[in-house]
Amino acid sequence: MQSVSDIKENTEPLDFNKIREDFPIFRQSMNGSPLVFLDSAASAQKPQQVIDTIREVYENEYANVHRGLYKISELLTHRYEGVRDIICNYINAANSHEIIFTRNATESINLIANSFGRSFLKKGDEIVITELEHHANIVPWQLLREEKGIVIKVAPINDIGDVIMSEFEKILGPRTKLVAVSHMSNVLGTVLPVVEITKMAHSVGAKVLIDGCQSVTHIPVDVKEIGCDFFVFSGHKLYGPSGVGVLYGREDLLEKMPPYMGGGDMISSVTFEKSTWANFPHKFEAGTPAIVQVIGLGAAIEYINSIGLKQISIHENNLLEYATPKLLNIDGLRLIGKSINKASVLSFTLDFAHPHDIATIIDRSGVAVRAGHHCAQPLMERMDIPATVRASIGMYNDYNDIDSLIEAINVVHEIFN
Amino acid sequence: MDELRELYQEVILDHGKHPRNFKSIEDATSKAHGNNPLCGDQLTIYIKLSDDGLIQDIAFTGRGCAISMASASMLTELAIGKTESRMNEIFTAFHEMCIGSGNSIELDEELEKLQVLSGVREFPTRVKCATLSWHTLIAALSGDIEVTTE
Repeated sequence: MQSVSDIKENTEPLDFNKIREDFPIFRQSMNGSPLVFLDSAASAQKPQQVIDTIREVYENEYANVHRGLYKISELLTHRYEGVRDIICNYINAANSHEIIFTRNATESINLIANSFGRSFLKKGDEIVITELEHHANIVPWQLLREEKGIVIKVAPINDIGDVIMSEFEKILGPRTKLVAVSHMSNVLGTVLPVVEITKMAHSVGAKVLIDGCQSVTHIPVDVKEIGCDFFVFSGHKLYGPSGVGVLYGREDLLEKMPPYMGGGDMISSVTFEKSTWANFPHKFEAGTPAIVQVIGLGAAIEYINSIGLKQISIHENNLLEYATPKLLNIDGLRLIGKSINKASVLSFTLDFAHPHDIATIIDRSGVAVRAGHHCAQPLMERMDIPATVRASIGMYNDYNDIDSLIEAINVVHEIFN
Repeated sequence: MDELRELYQEVILDHGKHPRNFKSIEDATSKAHGNNPLCGDQLTIYIKLSDDGLIQDIAFTGRGCAISMASASMLTELAIGKTESRMNEIFTAFHEMCIGSGNSIELDEELEKLQVLSGVREFPTRVKCATLSWHTLIAALSGDIEVTTE
């Protein structure tokens, strides 16, 4: 297992061809062309190592965890719990028991809203988010607002897609109890200054939740350095299986927070009169968890560590820098999200074709991109566009993929003009 | 490429870029809002019915892809002077054409124009684009104010 410092020290150049071979999906062709997959921000492809791990667990090791008094259950429990250590190292948390398994980042945020929010927030308390948030970091707070009468305040962004920090600072005040922001925008690619944001929020006594869904795959994350109180992400964007997500929470907060769901596996004792809870993390993990998916996520992180996230990040940035001027060179193309602090996402519109028409046409060239509002309708409103086409880069993409994208956009031009 | 050319025919691109009857009607007798939450396409259809139940005037506003704009535009051209029950019949035939069970569907001469939208058959994810305006029209005619394709 590698620690974050090992990852930073690893300076071996990326063996791109080997990585590509690790992902079996690229052996097939799409509409007669090689598959060009530029939708990793929605969900990433899985390496053979993850697929094999999942298959092997089902074939040789499977049993329920935490309660079996027999060997394979004990072994699998050990392996399942060991993934907390892998994640703890990956995001540099202080303790493995601060890692809670959920279904996905959306559930992680809902857990915070339901447990932390319902217990510790009251009428008039303020939650600060930003204009670039994903619906998953908007709607849970609106549900809480309906129930508790809290106030949601929205920090604005500028035209290139950066949070206007002076405005953010002005919104903070004595009533701010939680600041919940993305680490990296799923539409704009903007990487937010989360260290600064956390400092400012803490200075008014607010807790900080970072939505790391996009960032965990591109940027080495260090929750101690950020200083945040909560950090959430999904497994499926991190080259792991769907159905598993992570909530990191600071020990002192998790201690005080009540359970989110009741059921088996989260109790200490149960009588019809009264039940008591297990300690965290299990207090927040009612029912049989996504056992094999959790182990698959562990395999995905070990795979990333074997390559080095820093190397992946450099490779992806090279592609971003290669693609940006080529896109801007296309007549009528508007790049949405031009922050100098951005990673791995290229959102754009064309003034002669709607994003859905663009996506349909470029799909026929075997290029998979996403078109739509990307679960960020308020951001679309802010940028005054109905939707964008989004090409997002993963570790397995290369310069040919970018060239294929540009060629495919030229076909859109041919058809529409 | 052929399928793409079939989908994006000149007529569709023309209607998409220059939609007909693209406005609101202030004294509309009914209107409905259509929403495709999956892609964010939105449109409102305004209808003015005459006393004897004919569509006297029809228009739409909104935003969406070339297919949804063209379909809405062509729908408004076709609807003028028709009754609710006739529009229901046409919608059934049009819908069958779009989802591809319609090889045997004979659109009569009056409806031949809609044939240019049959290219969506090859693109199942785009069928809703072509039918959003129709669902909205049917909603407006039956007194509903909101319709979604989900």
